[in-house]
Amino acid sequence: MLRLDGVDRSFGGRRVLQNVSFDAEAGRMTGFVGGNGAGKTTTMRIILGVLAADAGQVTWRGAPLTRTVRRRFGYMPEERGLYPKMAVREQLIYLARLHGMTAPAAARSTDTLLERVGLADRGNDLLEKLSLGNQQRAQIVAALVPDPEVLVLDEPFSGLDPLAVDTVVDVLKERAAAGVPVLFSSHQLDVVERLCDDLVIISAGTIRAAGSRTQLRATHTAPRYELVVENDAGWLRDHPGVALVELEGARAVFELPRGADEQPVLHAALARGPVREFRPVVPSLAEIFREVAL
Amino acid sequence: MNTLAATQLVAAREVRAKLRDRTFLLSTLIFLLIAAAATTLPSLLSGGPATVAATPAVSAELRAAGLEVREVPDDAAAERAVRDGDTDAAVVAGPTVLAREEAPADVVAALSVEPPVRLLNPTPAEPPGAALVPFVFAFVFLLTSQTFGVQIAQSIIEEKQTRIVEILVAAVPVQALLLGKMIAGTVLALGQIALVALVAVVGLRLFGDSELLNLLGPAIGWFLPYFLLGFVLIAALWAAAGALVSRLEDIGTVAMPVQLVVMIPFFGVIFLSDNAFAMQVLSYVPFSAPTAMPLRLFTGEAAGWEPPLSLALLLVTALAVLAAGARVYEGSLLRTNGNTSLRTAWRERETVD
Repeated sequence: MLRLDGVDRSFGGRRVLQNVSFDAEAGRMTGFVGGNGAGKTTTMRIILGVLAADAGQVTWRGAPLTRTVRRRFGYMPEERGLYPKMAVREQLIYLARLHGMTAPAAARSTDTLLERVGLADRGNDLLEKLSLGNQQRAQIVAALVPDPEVLVLDEPFSGLDPLAVDTVVDVLKERAAAGVPVLFSSHQLDVVERLCDDLVIISAGTIRAAGSRTQLRATHTAPRYELVVENDAGWLRDHPGVALVELEGARAVFELPRGADEQPVLHAALARGPVREFRPVVPSLAEIFREVAL
Repeated sequence: MNTLAATQLVAAREVRAKLRDRTFLLSTLIFLLIAAAATTLPSLLSGGPATVAATPAVSAELRAAGLEVREVPDDAAAERAVRDGDTDAAVVAGPTVLAREEAPADVVAALSVEPPVRLLNPTPAEPPGAALVPFVFAFVFLLTSQTFGVQIAQSIIEEKQTRIVEILVAAVPVQALLLGKMIAGTVLALGQIALVALVAVVGLRLFGDSELLNLLGPAIGWFLPYFLLGFVLIAALWAAAGALVSRLEDIGTVAMPVQLVVMIPFFGVIFLSDNAFAMQVLSYVPFSAPTAMPLRLFTGEAAGWEPPLSLALLLVTALAVLAAGARVYEGSLLRTNGNTSLRTAWRERETVD
């Protein structure tokens, strides 16, 4: 497991990370969510050793990171870039070799991945000849090509067309299934929602919540239900314990205190007439995020 | 993989990229053509030996002197040959040499007897142009170190501008990136010079002055180590300069100081080359030593212990600039938005080992 423990960082007296601690577990996709300037990129740069932490440490499998260990990490920086005037395949092999792969292994890994993301026939083209979407695919391959033990991806989906998002999601899931911890940041909460097993929420340089998605839902949102009756659901307003979230005519969304029984509300509704729908509502990640980060 | 292996990979990529660069290939080709022209054209243009019209009585003697002889039946025919421009000169009875405007030195020499000369205090004979040799070396050094230095800076800026640098520094030590580029630059520069030198030597052997060539031999022996260390010194300066800028358009802002540091010592050596004391000082100052010391060695002014000492000074300075360059490089790598001041770059050492 990749663990951050009490990481602090300031830039010129301005605290950007404060006591940042969380885990990214092997075999799981960990979504790293936060607004602009919350500290996601700084955190990831510290994990990769591109920036130094002022305090705290990062460990992998219980041992502090060294350059040798970090070389086994795959990284996709927020600021994208490869060599524009170098052939795609050649530079991916070069990057794989910089991570310590032998030349034949680097070539094999490059060819497999180019095939996987649909760039097999573009390998000998200069990077600058590729469309932006294809350059993004090549960028993802650059992070994956050293067959890393840990994957750290800063906004891997920004700039990708929907088709490419699907391809990349599949590839990342494969890596996670193979036992690699995949830490990725995103501000597209719907993508994170679809993808992550675990979630780390950062705001203004501090970790506001971290844990599995289901567990975070349970802790950070009250149980929520949707009710559709025959006529008007306005009476719910006065029902004890009910906090209305939405009300439009016969349809209402409401929350109950944690641990409260929802059945008395259903009985009350049935007593007033037919009930067309009654179901629990799973709050979206955006709502958890709003709850936690603001 | 250690720093050394990473350095090799970086250097190999730089060399490969350069060998595919049309500008580089074209400039190398132009240098080769210049070298070939400079060594072969003078003797080709000066033409062969003089042609002489002569009667059979003197023709054998002239032929033995290496002249091209056209035999004519009598002196009148010989004179006509010169007047008509068929031959450069003629030898008629007397013997008298006939020519149009100038006395033909080689014909006169073939017919004269020189008295033996004994020099009491001989100086080694210097072929014409020999005095220029160290200056040619200095100029080659200046030109090469500037050209390849700028390219090292450009390559560093390019990696920052395209943002690939973050992937690179996450994988390999910053020193490996810097060293790899400098090694590639040195290899390419030496390769280019070796090629040009080869063409020049072949040209001189075939068409030119082989005496000059013999003089060049030992001079090149000293030129090489000075070139190598001097190049590393200047390459490190350029690398540090490149690290301070994040866009290729801005290279001018940092190029000027580096160019001055290289040009001022160069012109110092050119203008002070007759001042023995100034030259002695300049041959120890690391920035002018690569030009000044080979010059002093060439003229025989430097004592045997001097070059090792000045080379050691040069080496220490080159290593210090290399270390400082690496630190500045590290401090400014991730500041890809805008240029970094030298002071900030020095303080903000970022990447961890």
